[in-house]
Amino acid sequence: MTLTVESRQRVTDARGSAIDELVVNVGPSHPSTHGVCRVIAHLEGEIVTKADPVIGYLHRGIEKMAENRTYLQVVPLTDRLDYVGSMYANWAYCRSVERLAGITVPERAEYLRVITCELQRIASHMMAIGSSAADTGASTMFLYAFEVRERIIEMFEELCGSRLTYNYVRPGGVSFDLPEGWVDLCRTFCEGLTDKLAEMDRLFFGNVITRGRMKGVGVLSAEDAVGWGASGPVARGSGVDWDLRKDDAYSVYPRFDFEVPLGDAGDCYDRARVRLFESYESGTIVMQALEQMEPGPVNAPVSRLIAPRAGEAYDHIESARGSLGVYLVSDGSPRPYRMKVRSPAFCNLALLKVLAPGHTLSDLVVILGSLDPVFGEVDR
Amino acid sequence: MSGLLLGMVYGLAAGLLIALAALFGVWWERKVAARIQLRYGPQEQGPYGLLQTLADTLKLLLKEDITPTRAQVGLFRVAPLIVFTPIAMSLAVVPFAAGWAPLDIEVGMLYFLAVPSLSVIGVLVAGWASRNTYATIGGLRGAAQMVSYEVPRTLAVLSVVLLAGSLRPLDVIAAWRPWWVPLNLIGFVVYLIASIAELNRGPFDLPEAESELVAGYFADYSGIRWAIFMMAEYGGMLASSLFGAAVFLGGPALIAGPAGVVVLVLEAIAITTLMMWVKWTFPRMRPDQLMGTAWKVLTPLALVQLVLVGVVLPWL
Repeated sequence: MTLTVESRQRVTDARGSAIDELVVNVGPSHPSTHGVCRVIAHLEGEIVTKADPVIGYLHRGIEKMAENRTYLQVVPLTDRLDYVGSMYANWAYCRSVERLAGITVPERAEYLRVITCELQRIASHMMAIGSSAADTGASTMFLYAFEVRERIIEMFEELCGSRLTYNYVRPGGVSFDLPEGWVDLCRTFCEGLTDKLAEMDRLFFGNVITRGRMKGVGVLSAEDAVGWGASGPVARGSGVDWDLRKDDAYSVYPRFDFEVPLGDAGDCYDRARVRLFESYESGTIVMQALEQMEPGPVNAPVSRLIAPRAGEAYDHIESARGSLGVYLVSDGSPRPYRMKVRSPAFCNLALLKVLAPGHTLSDLVVILGSLDPVFGEVDR
Repeated sequence: MSGLLLGMVYGLAAGLLIALAALFGVWWERKVAARIQLRYGPQEQGPYGLLQTLADTLKLLLKEDITPTRAQVGLFRVAPLIVFTPIAMSLAVVPFAAGWAPLDIEVGMLYFLAVPSLSVIGVLVAGWASRNTYATIGGLRGAAQMVSYEVPRTLAVLSVVLLAGSLRPLDVIAAWRPWWVPLNLIGFVVYLIASIAELNRGPFDLPEAESELVAGYFADYSGIRWAIFMMAEYGGMLASSLFGAAVFLGGPALIAGPAGVVVLVLEAIAITTLMMWVKWTFPRMRPDQLMGTAWKVLTPLALVQLVLVGVVLPWL
C-alpha cells in the first residue's frame, strides 16, 4: 500500500524548512545502510517526503590510483570496487585490457571466468537477499542466505586463497587452474542449491509479513528503469529484459542454456525475488560449464608489462548489480592514461530519490536494500 | 507501616524474580534463536553457556553510565525505572498456585491489564528525553502501539472473566475447567499476539526496529540503564506468559496445592518459547500494518470470542 502525502500549506520556520517536518539523518553509519551510505530523509510523521542519498564516504580514488600503476597492478585495485562481487570488476577490467592490447584468452580460462562469476553472482545475490531480509527484521533468513554464501566463499578461498578480494581474473586468463577435487565440491554445491533456494523462497518470500512489507513498495516502472539507467535485477524486476549475457553475449555465454528471470510489478518484492531466481539460473550455468569445460592452458602468454597501442577501449559484463563497464584510455605507455568505471550500483542508487517519497521510514530501508548498492563501487 | 514493609519485601522479591527470569530468559532466547538460525549460541561460560548472561550482566554493571550531553538528564535517568516498575508491579496478582497469589485483590484481572501499560509513559519519556530523532520516533511508535494493543488484549481476557464471573484471579483459577481451553482458543491467540506487541518484541518490535531506528527509544542508553530496559522486556514476557498460562491454560488449577506452580512455570516456559520462535522466524511489520492488525484483525477477533462466550454462557 502506498501512502500519499496530502499537499497542503506548509508552516515554515526562519530557515525556510517546514516545522511539521522531521529531518532524520540515516547514516553514514547505520545498521541498514549496506555500507557507508547517508540518506537525509525528510519525514512527515512516518512518511518520507524527500530522501537524498549522500555518497562519497568510501571514495578512495581508485580510478586515479590506476593511472600510476601498470596494467597488471590495477587488477587488485578493481577487487576493491565491488567488494561483494570482486570477480566482476576483475573481469570487466581485464576484458577492456584484452580488447585494448588485442590479447586472446584461452577457452578454459573463459570457462573458469564464467564459473567463478556465476558463483559470485549467487554469493552476491545471497548477500542482497539476506540483507533485504535483515532490513525487514528477518534475521534468520539473513543467516540462511549467508550459509549458502559461505560455501561459495570457501570454494573461492580454495581456488585463489582469498575470501573477498580474489585478484583471480588476470589479463589473458585467470591466475590459477582448479585445485584437485574442486569440480566435485562445486558440483555438490550446485546440486544442493535448488533445495536451499526453495527453502528460502518458502521461509521468506512466502511469508505473509514479507509480502506485506515488500509488495507494492518502491514501484519502479519499466520506463523509469530505462530512463534512470538502471540495470541488473533492479531493471529486470520492472520487466526490462536487459541482460548482457544474452543481449551482448560475451565470452562463452552463448553456449549455455539459461533463462533471464523478469519481474512484472517492479516493486521490492520482485527485485528481491528476481535475485533468487537468478541464483538458480547461475547454478545451472555452472553445471553446464563444468560439463563442457576441457583441459587446456588457463592463461595466455602475456608480458608482465603490457603496453598497448595508444587508443581507448570499453567493455562491459553483467555483474550481480547490472551492467558493469570499464573504459580505458592508453597513451602507449605501460600505465593506463585514464580508467573510468561505469558502476551499476551508482546508477541504481540514484533511484532512491524517486522511489522513497510517499513511503514510510520503514519502507525507505527496504527500498534501499532492494537496490542493493555496494558502496565500494558507488564511491570508487 | 507494616504495609510499607510488606511493599518493600514484595518489591525486592519481584525484582529478584525478574532478574532470575532475565538471566535464564536471555540465555534461553539465545539458545532458541541459535537453533533456529543454524548456530550453537553461547556455550563457553558454564555448562551449555548458562553463565553467559551473568557475565554480560556483570559487564553491564561495570560500564560507565553515559548520559548524552543533549539529553534531559533527570528524565533520561528515570525513564528505565518508569518502564520497569509497572512490569514488576504486575507480577503481584499472578495466581502462582490455587488459592495463593502474592496480592489477592478483587479486581486483579483489571489490575494486571492496566498496570503494565503504565510503562508506555517510560517509553515515551525515554524517547523524548534522549533528544535523538531515532529515539523520538521510537518512543512515539511505542506509545501508539502499546495503547492500541491494549484493546484486543483486554477484550481477550474479558471472555475468561465472563466465564469465571469474577475479576479476582484466584476465583478464575477456582472456576477454571479444561474445556475453557478450546472455547477460549481465539482469545488465547489474540492475547498472545497482543502481549508480544505490548512488549515491543518481534515481529512487532517497531519502537526499537534495529534496521530502521538503530535501537529506537533506548538508542542512547548503555550499561545498567540499558540492562533495566532489557529486564523490563523479559520481566514483561515472564508476567504475560505466567498470567496467560494461569487464566487461559489453567496452570495452577491442574494440580491442587503448591505443586500447581510447577505446571504454571512449565506452561509459561512453553508460551515464552513460542514468543521467541515467532520473533526469530518472522520479519518485522510496518507501523501502518501494525495498527491495521490491532484494529482490523485482533479487536474483531477478540469481540467474536467475547460473543461466543456470551452465547455459550446461558447454557452452562
